Amino acid sequence: MIYTASPLAIGIFVAFVLSVLTLSSYFAKKTQSSKGYYAAGGTIHWAVNGIAFAGDYLSAASFLGICGMIAFDGYDGFLYSIGYLAGWVVALFVVAEPLKRFGKYTFTDALNYKFGSKGIQLTAAISTLVVSVCYLIPQMVGAGDLVTPLLGLPHYMGVILVGAIVIFIVATAGMTSTTYVQFIKGGLLIVFSTILTIYVLRHGLSLKPSDSFHSLVSIPAVLEGDTITSVEDSSYQVTGNYKKDNLHFVKLDKQGIATWWHVTGTAPNVILKETLSITKAADGRVLYNGDLKQAQKFFQVGNASKIVHNGKEVSETGPLGPFEYLSTIEQSEIIRFTKSTFQDANDKITIWRQNPTSGKEVLRPGLKFKVDKGADFMSRLNFVSLMIALFFGTSALPHILIRYYTVPSARDARKSTIVAIGAIGFFYILTLFMGLGAMLTGSLDLESSNMSAPLLAKFFGIILFSIISAIAFATVLGTVAGLIVAASGAVAHDLITGFMGKKMTDREQVRAGKISAVGVGCIAIILGILCKGMNVSFLVGLAFAVAASANLPSIIMLLFWKKTTSKGIAASIVVGILTSLGIILLSPSTYGDIYGLPRSAAPIPLDNPGIISIPLGYITLIIVSLLTQKKSQTS
Amino acid sequence: MSHGPATKWGEDNASPYKARLGVYLFIFYCLVYAGFIVINVVSPKTMGVSVIFGLNLACAYGFGLILLAIIMGIIYNHMCGKKERELNAPAGGDRS
Repeated sequence: MIYTASPLAIGIFVAFVLSVLTLSSYFAKKTQSSKGYYAAGGTIHWAVNGIAFAGDYLSAASFLGICGMIAFDGYDGFLYSIGYLAGWVVALFVVAEPLKRFGKYTFTDALNYKFGSKGIQLTAAISTLVVSVCYLIPQMVGAGDLVTPLLGLPHYMGVILVGAIVIFIVATAGMTSTTYVQFIKGGLLIVFSTILTIYVLRHGLSLKPSDSFHSLVSIPAVLEGDTITSVEDSSYQVTGNYKKDNLHFVKLDKQGIATWWHVTGTAPNVILKETLSITKAADGRVLYNGDLKQAQKFFQVGNASKIVHNGKEVSETGPLGPFEYLSTIEQSEIIRFTKSTFQDANDKITIWRQNPTSGKEVLRPGLKFKVDKGADFMSRLNFVSLMIALFFGTSALPHILIRYYTVPSARDARKSTIVAIGAIGFFYILTLFMGLGAMLTGSLDLESSNMSAPLLAKFFGIILFSIISAIAFATVLGTVAGLIVAASGAVAHDLITGFMGKKMTDREQVRAGKISAVGVGCIAIILGILCKGMNVSFLVGLAFAVAASANLPSIIMLLFWKKTTSKGIAASIVVGILTSLGIILLSPSTYGDIYGLPRSAAPIPLDNPGIISIPLGYITLIIVSLLTQKKSQTS
Repeated sequence: MSHGPATKWGEDNASPYKARLGVYLFIFYCLVYAGFIVINVVSPKTMGVSVIFGLNLACAYGFGLILLAIIMGIIYNHMCGKKERELNAPAGGDRS
């Protein structure tokens, strides 16, 4: 799709950026100590910290990714919301207070508080870096993806822009400015998501969401043998048929524009249904619905094909309450789109065909995750593994854990976690309404599910679109700032000061942290540019799986098993990183989506490693700890 | 290198109580969450059954898990705060 840059969106974004840069400059004068740089002096109010937690945690993956997934696959996208939120329970009940009690600046401090082990310092710092980089890349790629349609800049400019702003925020005032940027961003995200949801409910459901909505066309056709030979509308000429498995597509030509249609029904009642298509021609041209991109024929989609409200079939419902909105969708029928690719002579064709889906199916699991139709043992195991990783990953993310050191006490750590759960939980409930809203208001760009939330906002007006677009940028800024603080702490505090034992004054430690932040920020910019086009959900999933496998077993066992040794913790972290990364790199998804190889060639038939790598982390820690009991006791 | 926390506080006599309570609540939530996963895997069609306010089980259970986390968090904080006041009261300035 072609997007036009909105001056208002640019204006709001520039205003936001200027305000956070001013804020950072203001706090820079107050950030002279390492305690100030890494932990905001430990003086942040618990309520501010709670919202900053939300700003830190609700990344582009949560806002753009989940809304997009719900808009395309219904309830299955909401499963991410449930899993991500449930993970905070582990953080509150098990991790929050002890981590605050034992740690100082980084998660490594807490793990190492009673051992003083070089092994823990090295492995925990590496784990922090691996998880942070896995999380950073999708944020930077997302920044580039956003800047192209919304500000009219090339992808790399978006990455550099976000990278430069975040480096300034972190390198000037460290955790203090990062906290307030996250607080502002978290607050704005929740407030404007609420407003967007209210708009969705006030609009209700409609067969034709707006006057400009492109209603999909159906044409009766003549089938002779197994080939479409002509259509009722004489302005179209049949120029090709393609059949594979149970699918039959036909190519029609009208005034030199070739479009693809899906053949449905049986003779003599054959109907051709309009599709959306992208043709990559042998000469390098890319055609959208048969024409150049500039012609803007690749229209937005998404609507109900049948609406049943209070037992009656209607064309529109008017405003609905939240429960009524969901129950009406459940009784209605929605047009979803299914993608197919094939070769037509020398052209590569990608087609999205209409797939009318009952509301009942949209609002229960099964459209994305194979737990119902076509499910087998491995697909169910994959689903369970994903839900486990989401549940246990949150409380092991280093950039989340360091936020426990910014409040004055363990009690404040607990209270701020509860505020975070309230704010994040509320936002995740809204994602269901925003995602379904996009699905039903013609707000889907079939090329990019990530644009569903901004396009939904655009449906309700340019002002809301501009604000939501600016917030989407702010979302990236807030999360990236937190990640860079975590990664710079791992380098400067854990590796240089701790592992390498370099003696530094307090001011030198702050300088080392700032230099590390610049270094990590530059690496993030380079990776963000190099990884353009990479699947961002894949990388976020990877970060959660590595965090849950490498970090959580150590945290839990340190708290609840007295025989835990430093070698057990270090070994568990190494095994957790290697097994989770190894399984992902050898999984069917990586083979198919990243390497471009057949999925069946993958040596491990599992996409989500949690169900294997998390228990393996615990087992390793227990075995190594038991084997090193005497040594550790002697030492 | 081993060092203390970023901020100082006194002895927290309520710590064992809070840790025990946290584990019990965590186990309870785990069981509810596990129930959600099991129904999805074993009987996904059950998730489509209408249960309350016209919502199906999938939506009701999903919202329920989110709301339960918030409610349990508030209860946990209330109980911990009460125990902290009870056991740490003589110390006065205890902030943990």
